[in-house]
Amino acid sequence: MNAKALILCLLPLTATAQGFAGLGTELEGFAVPQPDPVFDFPTDHGPHNDYRIEWWYLTANLQGPDGTPYGLQWTLFRSAMAPEEREDWKSPQLWMGHAAVTTPDHHYVSERLARGGVGQAGVIADPFAAWIDDWTLQGDWETLQMTASAPDFAYEMTLTAEGPLVFHGDDGYSVKSAAGQASYYYSQPFFRIAGTLQLPQGDIPVTGNAWLDREWSSQPLADNQTGWDWFSLSFDDGNKLMGFRLQQTDGNNYTSATWITADGQTTAYPDGALSATPLDTHNTAGRDVPVRWQVQLPAKDVNVTVEAINPDAWMATSIPYWEGPVTVTGSHAGEGYLEMTGYE
Amino acid sequence: MTRVTLRALLSHWWRNPMQLFTLLAGLALATALWSGVQAVNAEARASYDAAAATLGEGQYDRLIRRDGQPMDQATYIALRRAGWLVSPVVQGRYNGVRIVGVDPLTAPGGIGPIELQDGTDIGSFFTGQGQLFANADTAADLPDLTVVVSPNTAPGTAVTDIGVAQRLLGKDNQIDSLLVLPRQPKTQAALDAVVPQLTRQQAQAGSDIGRLTDSFHLNLTAFGLLSFAVGIFIVHGAIGLAFEQRRPVVRTLRALGLPLRRLVLLMGAELMLFALVAGIVGVALGYVIAALLLPDVAATLRGLYGADVSGTLQLRPVWWLSGLAIALGGTALAASGALYKLSKMPLLAAAQPRALAMAAGQSARLQGIGAALLLTLSVTLMFTANGLIGGFGLLASLLIGAALALPLILDRILAAASAMARSVKAQWFWADTRQQLPGLSLALMALLLAMAANVGVSTMVSSFRLTFVDFLDQRLASELYVRTEDATQGAALIDFATPRVDAILPIQNADVQIAGQPTEVYGTRDHSTYRDNWVFLQSTPTPWDTTFAGQTILINEQLSRRAGLNVGDVIPLQGQDFTIAGVYGDYGNPIGQAVIGEDIFATLYPGIAPENFGIRINPDDVPTFLSELEAATGIAATQSINQAGIKAISLSIFERTFTVTTALNILTLAVAGFAILMSLLTLASMRIPQLAPAWAMGMTRSQIGKLELLRAVLLAVLTAMIALPLGLALAWALLAVVNVAAFGWQLPMYLFPADYARLGLFALLAAALAALWPARRLARTPPADLLKVFSNER
Amino acid sequence: MLLHAENIHKTYTTADGPFEVLRGVDLTLGGGETLALTGESGSGKSTLLHLIGGLDTPDTGVIRLNGTDMAGLDDSGRAALRRGTVGVVFQQFNLIPSLKVADNIAFQARLADQHDAAWAETLAERMGLTPHLNKYPEQLSGGQQQRVAIARTLAPKPRLVLADEPTGNLDESTAATVMDLMLELVSASGAGLLMVTHSEALAARLSRRLHLKAGQIA
Repeated sequence: MNAKALILCLLPLTATAQGFAGLGTELEGFAVPQPDPVFDFPTDHGPHNDYRIEWWYLTANLQGPDGTPYGLQWTLFRSAMAPEEREDWKSPQLWMGHAAVTTPDHHYVSERLARGGVGQAGVIADPFAAWIDDWTLQGDWETLQMTASAPDFAYEMTLTAEGPLVFHGDDGYSVKSAAGQASYYYSQPFFRIAGTLQLPQGDIPVTGNAWLDREWSSQPLADNQTGWDWFSLSFDDGNKLMGFRLQQTDGNNYTSATWITADGQTTAYPDGALSATPLDTHNTAGRDVPVRWQVQLPAKDVNVTVEAINPDAWMATSIPYWEGPVTVTGSHAGEGYLEMTGYE
Repeated sequence: MTRVTLRALLSHWWRNPMQLFTLLAGLALATALWSGVQAVNAEARASYDAAAATLGEGQYDRLIRRDGQPMDQATYIALRRAGWLVSPVVQGRYNGVRIVGVDPLTAPGGIGPIELQDGTDIGSFFTGQGQLFANADTAADLPDLTVVVSPNTAPGTAVTDIGVAQRLLGKDNQIDSLLVLPRQPKTQAALDAVVPQLTRQQAQAGSDIGRLTDSFHLNLTAFGLLSFAVGIFIVHGAIGLAFEQRRPVVRTLRALGLPLRRLVLLMGAELMLFALVAGIVGVALGYVIAALLLPDVAATLRGLYGADVSGTLQLRPVWWLSGLAIALGGTALAASGALYKLSKMPLLAAAQPRALAMAAGQSARLQGIGAALLLTLSVTLMFTANGLIGGFGLLASLLIGAALALPLILDRILAAASAMARSVKAQWFWADTRQQLPGLSLALMALLLAMAANVGVSTMVSSFRLTFVDFLDQRLASELYVRTEDATQGAALIDFATPRVDAILPIQNADVQIAGQPTEVYGTRDHSTYRDNWVFLQSTPTPWDTTFAGQTILINEQLSRRAGLNVGDVIPLQGQDFTIAGVYGDYGNPIGQAVIGEDIFATLYPGIAPENFGIRINPDDVPTFLSELEAATGIAATQSINQAGIKAISLSIFERTFTVTTALNILTLAVAGFAILMSLLTLASMRIPQLAPAWAMGMTRSQIGKLELLRAVLLAVLTAMIALPLGLALAWALLAVVNVAAFGWQLPMYLFPADYARLGLFALLAAALAALWPARRLARTPPADLLKVFSNER
Repeated sequence: MLLHAENIHKTYTTADGPFEVLRGVDLTLGGGETLALTGESGSGKSTLLHLIGGLDTPDTGVIRLNGTDMAGLDDSGRAALRRGTVGVVFQQFNLIPSLKVADNIAFQARLADQHDAAWAETLAERMGLTPHLNKYPEQLSGGQQQRVAIARTLAPKPRLVLADEPTGNLDESTAATVMDLMLELVSASGAGLLMVTHSEALAARLSRRLHLKAGQIA
């Protein structure tokens, strides 16, 4: 059994047979998100070990000096085998880091795995630091430093917040299914980002916008949900849209959306308000993945086409998925990120 | 049509059970020989693979502390945080079992041999009581722990999570070594800046054990190859004879209206059925052989090289499938030839007797051309082969070429003898022997190959042993080896030991590069230990005098071969030139080595003080000396190695190697003997018409029987005479071509005439035993049967 | 016409060069007719018999059996012909040594899928083989073995019986008995008979006679 196979069977996130559907597994003593949450910062920037799954998920749309668009990802997943933390190697907390850089022609991916309890990976709320090996994301949430390195790429970035935190769903209580599965979910979508990408062709100074998601839960998907398509779109007029579509085995979808104004005011939309329809698929890594979408939110007169900058942005990691930068055209122009899971 | 034909075909065997038995037994024996050797090989290999996979031995660079002590866990975390992709390993003994703790999330290739199976509880593996993976034998030694039986885990080893291993071994927070992953990130801190106390061991260093075991394996593989060749010949012979016996029936069946295609199909199916039955029997036999041999092989490998091999045999699909494949494939190969001949055989043989005779002559010519081509190829390869493929090509072309040439050579010899014969009886004997040759040639080829394989392999193994004994004498000459912790302890040892022992030999070395090769240079004291025991492959007349005088240098074979350096060449060290005075054999060492005098070493490398010492002492005084040494200086007995003991163990292990080799030798000969028996029995019934005239001319039946026996022995003697040089050529190819290609050093070849004589005797015995029964049967042929020959004639 | 052979040529390669055994032989035979083929050794009579029996193929010429042109048949076609339509009695009997007499008699009929137990029994009885049915061929005398071979040939009720010196390996009195039986049974079965013999006396007992000399009908 190699490490990857091991991971596949041990991360609840990725229970082998079920893939992303494994997120709908039994609770086994884990805490469950409750409505009307009250967040406490900076504590809630740190880990919630009594919940099964949690992530610090940063994506960024970048531009090089010649105007070339780039995508960047830095993610730290926490996955618990038991709802607690224990010392040393006995820790039931497992950590997984994903870093990626997407260019119009290439997609660079790297993955790190670590055990909790020994210091190789973890998150501290105050002063905030999230790390796995030499990959770090640390600072005071007004400014964050971020690094990642792999055999074929590396980056060092500085993030500066230009707006408030925004809370999805009902004040940060984000419902995921008609059966009531939910997660705690907030974002900082207003980061300015600047730094250097080290790619095989050389160093490239870049600037752009970054979006940091924080989400934790124990059972975010219902039994009949197999994956999701997630959009974070920044329109040229300053408004932003977060929307996701959960795929169900009965062929129906569950959708949710948050409209974010330029000054951070949010409007949450329930199931059915948002629609996302695949327009075109692309065969990458042996799967057909939708890389062009029609996204509509009639309540805000949004009717846009979302298209991958690099349709081969496949994350060939322990749990494979698609994650890459997109362009937005139609009723609103802009850029953003698209994540698609469940296409195994 | 199918049923009635099958009944007719099979009825042949019921009426001739002896023929059926020889066919099945021949196939089964060949399969047994092959699968037995393969089983031993597969088992040993699987053990190594498991060990290698468990520890990543030889595959990955390692970081260890310079002082060899375990490192703190924080060191590991510091390296990871500095961007180094390393994975921790902790090891130790628990209940006599080697426990290996790994972190599966960072380990290269995961946790090696462990299969994901139902018994695997991930949560438990990581965090709970702990879960270990071990083979069944080892699991029995760990009764109080949760052990998942995993046949692919190295013998005597249990693999578990690092946290569990730390707890079991009382090594909390400690790590023994770090595996360095081959692909590292773009940006990372310099190793020295993060962990100055660690040193990086190259993947290859310390793997000389692996190389020696590889060498032993190559020997076994070569034996497997030879046994395969013998087996194929036997299968071929058995099938060929079975077809020969049924030629008339085949004609009759076709004349009665059986279509050729149907006939060929049915005979093929019949043979495959037999092959399957014989193959299963053969694999079972092979299993028994392997089970008998394996404990010795396991002991040999474990003792000699410290490599753990499981002493119990597992039914590995690799070898029993390959055994069946040999039986079926060999049969198919042999049968396809026979069936092709059968399909080309004219329905009316009598109609074209000349054409057939011409075809026979043509096939002899083709065989001669084939033999000549293969032997020419093998001679060419002897001079040009410099890789493993070339080496094995040489072995194959030599063996097959010689086997093909054998009948032609024997035919020439017999023709010459016949021409020289004076008496009528002698003339008849030679001519009749010559006539027998085609029928016996396959069996004789098998005997040739069996004998040549025996000569070759026993020469190789014996040469290996002699060389190694010399090497042990050279390297383990000192009775005691003491490792001190620092120069102070070293000085204390010298003070204490000087009045009590025969000699103290400081061992000190510097790591240098000579002609681009990483090399250890040793500064050696002038002592008879070196002068008496070291064996040179080439040297000046007085290599030690000039070397101890500080003028010359001695280098090992590896350095000589890799750097192309020979006696007389000059090597610069620290700005001073040394002429090479000798090249010595240094078996199993992967890197270069050189020796200079102690004084010149001190001048060139003043910073290096000896910390290890060889001590010459009466072996009986060793225990007393060690206890007094500890009392006086604090140097613990555990810092010493009793080399005399190691030597004794190593030698006893070589004896076991011989048990294995001898057992295989006897087995191969037995199979060849069986092939002869089979051929003679088959020929015996066809012989009566040929012998009847001799009987009619006044020879008694007992005389005829004795001559039959004599004939078999004579052919065996002739074959043995050809087998000896062939076997020696084989040994040479193994030692001088294959070994060099595989390991970079040549084993000197020694000759063992007494062994060969004994082997020859065995071969004759086998042939005589095989011939005895058919000869007795002939001697007791009722006169009426002999008479029938004449009455049946037109 | 049961058998029609026309302008048959056959040449063998020998050490001394090609040797033309048959040089344009014509021959016809009707159902129920018996024909003796005589000639010296090497005159080509056995070769002609083999060609007609489909055991070999002519270089040129046409052989038609029961209206079928043998040139158009492959090995399995000729084998089918040998099984059912033509039966050959060999000089060397060519029994299957590992099968009992009863199975030898029934063998060809079974091969042709034309086994008739009653007919096989009749044949055995007429041939005087009933006491020997459970013996192996090697336990029988030469005359008995040839009777087994004849019974085997007649068992599938062939249209044409070819016999190649069927009594050549037998002593005179045995030969006479065997020949009587064969002629009687062939005529009873209504088959045609083509027999190669060098015996003038035997030839005289058949309805027609052809003499081969140097590969041609003399």
